[in-house]
Amino acid sequence: MSGTTQDDYTDRYARRVRGMTTSEIRALFSVANRPEVVSLAGGSPYIAALPLDAVGEMLGRLAAEQGTSTLQYGIGQGTAALREHICDVMSMSGIDGASPDDVVVTVGGQQALDLIARVFLDPGDVVLAEGPTYVGALGVFQAAQAQVAHVAMDSDGLIPAALAETLDAVARSGRRAKFLYTIPTYQNPAGVTLTDARREEVLDICAAHGLLVVEDDPYGMLSFEGGAPRPLRARRRDGVFYVSTFSKTFAPGLRVGWVLAPHAVREKLVMASEASILCPSAFAQSAVTQYLATMPWREQIKVYRETYRERREALLSALADLMPEGTTWTRPEGGLFVWATLPDGLDSKAMMPRAIAARVAYVPGTGFYADGSGTAHMRLNFSFSAPERLREGVRRLSGVMEQELSMRAVFGSAGRTHHRRGAAAADAPGPDVA
Amino acid sequence: MSVDPHVLVLAGGLSYEREVSLRSGRRVADALRASGIDVTMHDADAALLPLLQADPPDAVVIALHGATGEDGSLRGVLDLCGIPYVGCDARASRLAWDKPSAKAVLRESGIPTPDWVALPHDRFSELGAVAVLDRIVSRLDLPLMVKPAQGGSGLGGTVVRSSADLPAAMVGCFAYHATALVERYVNGMDVAVSVVDQGSGPEALPAVEIVPRDGVYDYAARYTAGLTTWHVPARLDPAVAAHVAEVAVAAHRALGLRDLSRVDLIVDEDGTPHVLEVNVSPGMTETSLLPLAVQASGLEFGKLWATLTERAAARADAAGR
Repeated sequence: MSGTTQDDYTDRYARRVRGMTTSEIRALFSVANRPEVVSLAGGSPYIAALPLDAVGEMLGRLAAEQGTSTLQYGIGQGTAALREHICDVMSMSGIDGASPDDVVVTVGGQQALDLIARVFLDPGDVVLAEGPTYVGALGVFQAAQAQVAHVAMDSDGLIPAALAETLDAVARSGRRAKFLYTIPTYQNPAGVTLTDARREEVLDICAAHGLLVVEDDPYGMLSFEGGAPRPLRARRRDGVFYVSTFSKTFAPGLRVGWVLAPHAVREKLVMASEASILCPSAFAQSAVTQYLATMPWREQIKVYRETYRERREALLSALADLMPEGTTWTRPEGGLFVWATLPDGLDSKAMMPRAIAARVAYVPGTGFYADGSGTAHMRLNFSFSAPERLREGVRRLSGVMEQELSMRAVFGSAGRTHHRRGAAAADAPGPDVA
Repeated sequence: MSVDPHVLVLAGGLSYEREVSLRSGRRVADALRASGIDVTMHDADAALLPLLQADPPDAVVIALHGATGEDGSLRGVLDLCGIPYVGCDARASRLAWDKPSAKAVLRESGIPTPDWVALPHDRFSELGAVAVLDRIVSRLDLPLMVKPAQGGSGLGGTVVRSSADLPAAMVGCFAYHATALVERYVNGMDVAVSVVDQGSGPEALPAVEIVPRDGVYDYAARYTAGLTTWHVPARLDPAVAAHVAEVAVAAHRALGLRDLSRVDLIVDEDGTPHVLEVNVSPGMTETSLLPLAVQASGLEFGKLWATLTERAAARADAAGR
């Protein structure tokens, strides 16, 4: 009479998947897409703003007229035509003179991060990253069995002195830091931007320590107030990998991103990509190429910017009007997210069920740290919902926080919840949550 | 039931257990289809009532977990529509769903259940949390089990071994529901007994023994394959197993349940079973307990569901609907 675990593979799993478990928080997110729930939890662009009829016609023609190539296998590095367009797009951000040869097209920016991890990370290596940082990157680094050392930020982005200190601490512990992963512009989830002056400082520190820089820039074009500071890659070529995507400027459903890599590394990235996915989708690449070549994509980005600026205003003014005293938040000058800090004693993860019962969803701050911290914070998305809906979401959220505050007042600081430690991804929604 | 029976499986809903419900619903729907029954799956949403009116099914399977599926309200609506469903009626469902009410009925019926107190959060603010918690600890003794008075999947539940941990457990519980059930924690073997009635009265299926790898049967342990070992039948002395089965059936009857239920118990070191709660819409996922018991009993999951839906449809026919 032996027991069953309903999983006959338990003792055969690789070490890197340990800790991949179902979580209560993931379960709570399962209702976030129901219309009754105001979701501030997602990271979805407002795709309804696209000229969908025209895009549809374009996609139809790509299959009907060029199907023998667009529906065929492609090459691992991505099509030359798209890589040339990508260089044009990057020059708009200030990255001049990039060669299409040094661009590798990937399945969203996510695969670019995965390739970099495959090429550079051995188990036990250290990756430095802002705290908080993008949950998807944490997942990649965890899968590579690397350790993440978080570097503190303030309203001007990553703090250079904290970077230097963290590097020293890692060196003292006898571990090897391989690269700094950073989202310097309109950071996800914090919504802050690394200032011009700090960009130079950060690059200097990394150069002095021989630390590579992986610059993730999905939001740089979504600026609300003038342009974004020039990317790190526009300032230094050596040792900087630039990762971006068409997910926020066109459509995430196509899953097209890229990495601009130092020449020497590019070939390894291509081979790693071929080993992993053979080649990125030829159809999706053609779609992006055609979109960039024939449709008013720069105007479309303006539409996104205008829409998001209005929604950011709506979210910020709702927060100012409705949030309980003691709540603070960032004021993003672009991108998709506001990072809120809760009044003393509140725990965003413990509060989640109450929020779902009140029909509002957010991402608890713990989803953005590798070390389980972040309970005092939450990420709020403003790109997907209309202004009045955002306000309604904040109204519900503030009611939830008031209830939770009174609960904490009754039970005192001893009422702080102890959480089971799990992967950051267990506290963040899947990509389908809007 | 009509010549080509049509069954509607309701799954999803807005509860914390939406994901579990969708998995339960798909599993039941697949099993019914494999038995040759025409099945539609639907969420409990605004499109449901128009669908019931336009195309009334022969029977409904409520694979919704959480309030919608278990507090009796949806069953009441189905009654209003004259549509038969598998499982107990609205009244019994409401009773079983509210754990303190169910425990009171069980105790009145002589069925052992751990000592408890149920308190809404307002009582703590009015009377002072420290004083109330002290009283609870001195009366019920540590360790304690704290859980929401309504809800499932272990959400919001904590075993409290030190009184210093009690306030945190209360706060965690109140995030899920306004009333907390605090009960004496009984050490022993965790078992779940599924009760099914295929036409000759409620019968207990083999007890399932639950051994979570990390000692805690929380949400992750319930729904991540590999984190819990289940022994079916439970490793109990045959006489104890027979008694556990009797107690489970007695609990099912005491609460006035119908068709199927799952009775969760602890069997203490003396072999005495203590009923913790009774579920009227038990999980049907790959890692759920009732399907494991069905498999161990030699029944076929799809056939069992076909029988249960036929019985539900027959009840409607008998009522002249």
